[in-house]
Amino acid sequence: MKFGVIVFPGSNCDHDAYHVISKHVGQPVDFIWHRDTDLSTYDAVIIPGGFSYGDYLRAGALARFSPVMNSVKKFAESGRFVLGICNGFQILCEAGLLPGALIRNRDLHFVCEHIYVRVETNDSPFTNELKRGSVLRIPIAHAEGNYVCDDATLAELQREDRIVFRYCDKDGAVTDEANPNGSRDNIAGICNRGRNVFGLMPHPERACEDLLGSSDGRDIFRSLAATLAAAA
Amino acid sequence: MKAKVYVNLKAGVLDPQGKAIQHSVELLGFSGIEDVRQGKYFEISLDDSVDTQRARESVEKMAREVLSNPIIEEYRVEIEA
Repeated sequence: MKFGVIVFPGSNCDHDAYHVISKHVGQPVDFIWHRDTDLSTYDAVIIPGGFSYGDYLRAGALARFSPVMNSVKKFAESGRFVLGICNGFQILCEAGLLPGALIRNRDLHFVCEHIYVRVETNDSPFTNELKRGSVLRIPIAHAEGNYVCDDATLAELQREDRIVFRYCDKDGAVTDEANPNGSRDNIAGICNRGRNVFGLMPHPERACEDLLGSSDGRDIFRSLAATLAAAA
Repeated sequence: MKAKVYVNLKAGVLDPQGKAIQHSVELLGFSGIEDVRQGKYFEISLDDSVDTQRARESVEKMAREVLSNPIIEEYRVEIEA
């Protein structure tokens, strides 16, 4: 199995993602420059966090027009796996690969802290090594993480079990106080209908070593690796 | 020719920046303010090879596909000869 980490001008979590795949998942991984368009050798791509194109216009809006994004769309349509973290989640929404949008945080602050998310589904290639209802401690770092969507989209996400993570307190209670950015329905991460595209605002790649305060993020990458191993 | 594009958050989409601006303006002593909504404004200059109708069509397309996100925003295009 082979992973790719897409690098836009302004990506800044690309090396973290690369490190996690090579060290903790133990699989081959390449950086993919945003001008490259050949993804044929990859099984999964990660769109990392950062400030692609300086977040100009809207977060993720300009990255969507990078040459690589057309390939990512086809890659996703072919059923292969796409993981968008933070700015990567914003890019996936702007590109229409995930529904909804991420707007300015409710209280305007750039929030940078460890928070808790509850695993809402393990019926996904990214969470199948996790227990439904379990609580992960993972950092967030964003100013535009406030997930919005219309009522019909929310109902669809709920009905199709596509809300993957919701913000919660340390005991797993999904409350408004535990919602760091005002996201609708405390949504921290969602997947597409095919379940092969997953976007989330928290940074699991920054939570893979105890030394960094948490290693709860590892199971997300391990789930994906297990999915790929089973498919091979 | 100049095209002007106004992009605003749709009614019902929270605008925390607008709220913060409203608060600051009220601190300055202004009263009677019901609401402040922050939007974006673009000026696009077009050269002489583009006629008015084509300008409107292409700027509408730009506004729809790039300058705004239709999930949260709406836009308005004005063409100035």
